[in-house]
Amino acid sequence: MVDSTAAARGRGRRVGSPPVIDWTNRTPSPLSRDDELQVYYWMRLTRTFDERMVAMWKQGRGLGGAFSERGHEAIAVGVGFALRPDDVVAPMHRDLGCYLVRGMAPARIFGNLLGRVTGVTRGRDANLHGLGDLSLGIIGFVSHLPMSMPVALGAAMAFQMRREPRAALTFVGDGGSSTGAWHETLNMAAVYRAPFVLVVENNQYAYSTPLDEQMAVADIATRAAGYGIPDVVVDGNDVEAVLVATGEALERARSGRGPTLIEAKTMRMLGHAIHDGAEYVPPDLLVEWQERDPVAAYAQRLRNRGVEESVLRAIDERANDEIAAAVAEAEAAPFPDPSEVGRGVYAP
Amino acid sequence: MNQTETFGYAAPEAAAPGRELTFLEAIREGLWEEMARDAAVCIIGEDVGGEFGGAFKVTHGLAAEFGDARVRNTPLSELSFVGMATGMALMGLRPVIEMQFADFISSAFDSIVQYAATNHYRWGAPVPWVIRAPSDGGISSGPFHSQNPEAWFVHTPGLKVVSPATPADAKGLLISAIRDPNPVIYFEPKPLYRSVRGVVPEGEHVVPIGEAAVVRRGDDLSIITYGAQVREAVTAAESMARDGIAAEVLDLRTLKPLDWDAVARTVDRTGKVLIVHSANRLLGIGAEIAAEIAERCFDMLDAPPVRLGGLDTPIPFSPPLEQAYRPAAAKIEAAARSLAAY
Repeated sequence: MVDSTAAARGRGRRVGSPPVIDWTNRTPSPLSRDDELQVYYWMRLTRTFDERMVAMWKQGRGLGGAFSERGHEAIAVGVGFALRPDDVVAPMHRDLGCYLVRGMAPARIFGNLLGRVTGVTRGRDANLHGLGDLSLGIIGFVSHLPMSMPVALGAAMAFQMRREPRAALTFVGDGGSSTGAWHETLNMAAVYRAPFVLVVENNQYAYSTPLDEQMAVADIATRAAGYGIPDVVVDGNDVEAVLVATGEALERARSGRGPTLIEAKTMRMLGHAIHDGAEYVPPDLLVEWQERDPVAAYAQRLRNRGVEESVLRAIDERANDEIAAAVAEAEAAPFPDPSEVGRGVYAP
Repeated sequence: MNQTETFGYAAPEAAAPGRELTFLEAIREGLWEEMARDAAVCIIGEDVGGEFGGAFKVTHGLAAEFGDARVRNTPLSELSFVGMATGMALMGLRPVIEMQFADFISSAFDSIVQYAATNHYRWGAPVPWVIRAPSDGGISSGPFHSQNPEAWFVHTPGLKVVSPATPADAKGLLISAIRDPNPVIYFEPKPLYRSVRGVVPEGEHVVPIGEAAVVRRGDDLSIITYGAQVREAVTAAESMARDGIAAEVLDLRTLKPLDWDAVARTVDRTGKVLIVHSANRLLGIGAEIAAEIAERCFDMLDAPPVRLGGLDTPIPFSPPLEQAYRPAAAKIEAAARSLAAY
């Protein structure tokens, strides 16, 4: 999927365009109408949350840093939708949609972003870091990406040892794919034939560093062959493509056929974090990807499949209402009491 | 998972009544009994599985008894097999990780210090694993098979750190570490593996984490130490006793959380303190103990606290160099006699 015009753009090799998608009609849909609308709802809820968060931080109503997942909605929601309730997932900082689909309430996440006692980590960890909740099958992450990879593998190994038909999935970015833990984990997952799925979110930049300064291969997925595991490359802006590929990989995992690496190609549409204007990203690249915005594209696909505009509008309004209520609830919540600082260092 | 499932457990040979065990046998017995008691307990590490049973043979026989799924070899991937243990622990298992040598634990630093140690504080999920780390030297193992990196982990919030000196404590502390809901690093001094034998109580023998033990009573000075240096301190104390100097030896056993009450009691009794460890002295555990004694026990002191530890050098290989590097009975005795005469 190397873009033949990359040299003309002046700076290195890029992911470039995924195969041209025929938005006009895709039949048969892999989803029922009900599921299509649910997927759209989660995409819209994620986008609305994200836009609201970005606006608040720009207004100075935020706390610390925040990471936008704009552009990643199809990956996070598609994966979240493919997981079964008893699977376990370790999402990272651009996977807001996955937390939401798993059932983490937006108010708890806003509470975490704002350092409130009602946040998932009760003020202990920042933004989406540490948003773990085992009752929802979610393992929280640390900044040292991709340390969630071996941890998710461990969850998979627990399922394998107990002969439970469950899978563990985690995400990593193109940046995290350069670490030793990435190599070690994929190798062990292959050796153990673990029920483990890795979704690589290739958004083309590790902070300011483009792909060609991170690696000398066109597709991160090609590395999977070196470990002896299958790989799939999907358009990370096509939620149904992500959902189907992930569902197949999870089924392989649950049925004892081992791990899969999925590379989902997308574009980080804003900076690394809220403070970063990402001036280093060529504007034409962003324009090109904006035309393939995953949320707008899915809405258009559903219209083409005959979904009434009013149905989509109602979902949009529901998302607006829910996010407004979540923000109000989080902003009204108290900060943790200073006497809490020493609590919970150890499990009792 | 059914916690009472035993995977066909049969009692280990070593568990005959009235026995003395080596330090190594006591560790193996602790592993064996916990694996028999709780099907969630499993072992991972390099070369631990199959017929081989580990570089030091600590896990020998466990794979045959409990199956390969519960005693699993790993590739040379310390960073990720510790991370894997964290995931296993989050899903209800109780992994015991064998770090082939304590020196290699640095390769797993992020998994230990950044991930496992912070997890419960951040989002409330316990990480009940144990890392067994064969530590210490004095046996010409060179710079990378002799280290004592315990201070790094005592410095880290969220970890517990233990280091036994006797077979009974080796078994009892290991069992406590496995049952503890937190990540525990268990430093087992490998010079003791086959050179120390001791009576291990029959039946379930649990030594609580966080309790030091006075291994020798004395009123003239206190030697506070742990791990392989306990034996050296006792040797020094026995030698001084022939000249009428009564040294008390306090074996800390747990380094985090440290038994400050036991430290204060021995300082109160003797008024003179010598702190000894194999790890290098600079910013070692002894520095913290000396500082705490200065803050808490200043009025009890009859002399400035003294520390003995390794030099601020890599650990050398050749015997004259290694002996120059590390504390041992003769150096402890010299320092203790000088302190007693203060």
